[in-house]
Amino acid sequence: MMNYIKTIYYIFEKDILLELKNKDIISSMLLFSLLIVTIFSFIINPAADYKSEIASGVLWIAIVFSGLLGLNRSIVIETMDETLTALMLAPVDKSAILFGKVLSNTFFMIAMEFMIIPAFTVFYNINIFASSCLSPIIFISCTYGFCLLGTFFSFMASKTKIGEIILPLLLLPILIPLLLAGIQSLSSCITGENLENIYKWIRVIFIFDLIFTVVINAIFEYIVEE
Amino acid sequence: MNNPFIDLVGVHKHYGEIDALKDITFSIEKGTFLSVFGPNGAGKSTLLKIIATQITPSKGKIYYNGKDGKHLENIFRKNLGIISHKTYLYSSLTVLDNLRFYAKLYNMKNYKKRIEYLLKKLGLYEKEFDYVKNLSRGMSQRAAIARALLHDPSIIILDEPFTGLDQSVSNLLSKILSEELKKNKIIIMATHNIDLGYKASNKLAIMRKGNLVYLDKRENISIDSFKEKYIKLVKYKDAYEKI
Repeated sequence: MMNYIKTIYYIFEKDILLELKNKDIISSMLLFSLLIVTIFSFIINPAADYKSEIASGVLWIAIVFSGLLGLNRSIVIETMDETLTALMLAPVDKSAILFGKVLSNTFFMIAMEFMIIPAFTVFYNINIFASSCLSPIIFISCTYGFCLLGTFFSFMASKTKIGEIILPLLLLPILIPLLLAGIQSLSSCITGENLENIYKWIRVIFIFDLIFTVVINAIFEYIVEE
Repeated sequence: MNNPFIDLVGVHKHYGEIDALKDITFSIEKGTFLSVFGPNGAGKSTLLKIIATQITPSKGKIYYNGKDGKHLENIFRKNLGIISHKTYLYSSLTVLDNLRFYAKLYNMKNYKKRIEYLLKKLGLYEKEFDYVKNLSRGMSQRAAIARALLHDPSIIILDEPFTGLDQSVSNLLSKILSEELKKNKIIIMATHNIDLGYKASNKLAIMRKGNLVYLDKRENISIDSFKEKYIKLVKYKDAYEKI
């Protein structure tokens, strides 16, 4: 078990080091999400009543699509010099390699969210932390679920020649329950609905994360085998 | 005679309807340097990938030290080093960062001395803080050799390692391989270069269309006879089939 955790950490550490040198994953995700948030701010009237109900959807669109960009970049780094092959040939649990990548991708996305949320607050004049402090839990758990499935599918897509196209096509349909729960719970946080409704959606996110953590851990070894 | 360390029994690999390997059976003992020759698409790389546990055979079994390889992947991989024409190094990291990362991944305890030793041996000591992307092809291949030998593997697999290398790096690689062979290791190399392969190895194999058509000790055949054999087994047959 200790070796498993160590492997996750080594992969995470290496990805952080690569990002510190390249600075391309977080910056590309941040720029893209900023663009989405800005473009939607032109469409939505700041004084409109419906604003707080659709704002969480806009934020999740920005996060998900910029996240896809980050996931693609993250796997390209591993396939460029076939380092993924070297990782798969290392005497370590293959799922530990996956979870190391999930951890680093989650970290990069949360860093991006940390920067995009203030911009979102300014553009839409909405404070997502105003009525509940549960928003960070929603962001972290949703981002983990997104990165878990996203990293898993990016490993699979990397074996095809059209990986960048296949990734969103495979990923987005499966993410629907997670995105629905993320949008609804965040929307409830913004509109200040009762806590019970927020807890209900957070439970959905947790169950989604738990199920896919167990399933992917169980099947990953067989999936990556050629 | 040594006991076989790697044993392939009836190994078959197919991708869809294409048979990449057909009923391959042979053994490799410790202290063997096997060079596998053959044209493109002969199945050399597939064979190496199967031995390296990178892919699983569609049929047949592979035994490592007499035990079924299916359950020994991680134990086997600890003793496996791979050198390919790809470096398996992160181009945006320095040579040292790359080696440190792989040393940790292989759970090596005192890796600093080993890294220093390999960098000096491969003439990379001055380049340890250089980014891999800034190295020449020869230098990055030296770094790739250091990565493959980092954990002192007892089995070394090489897939076209001489591709694109200049004379000095080719000589250095040949020298290192002969040193490793003296330590009673197993070296398996797929190459197109008959002269280099013949000179370096003590066992020779020829593959054609997924079949192992020749396997013998080097001492049993001269280089000229081997070249003739290769032409007869590969080129004449290809030409004959075309007609």
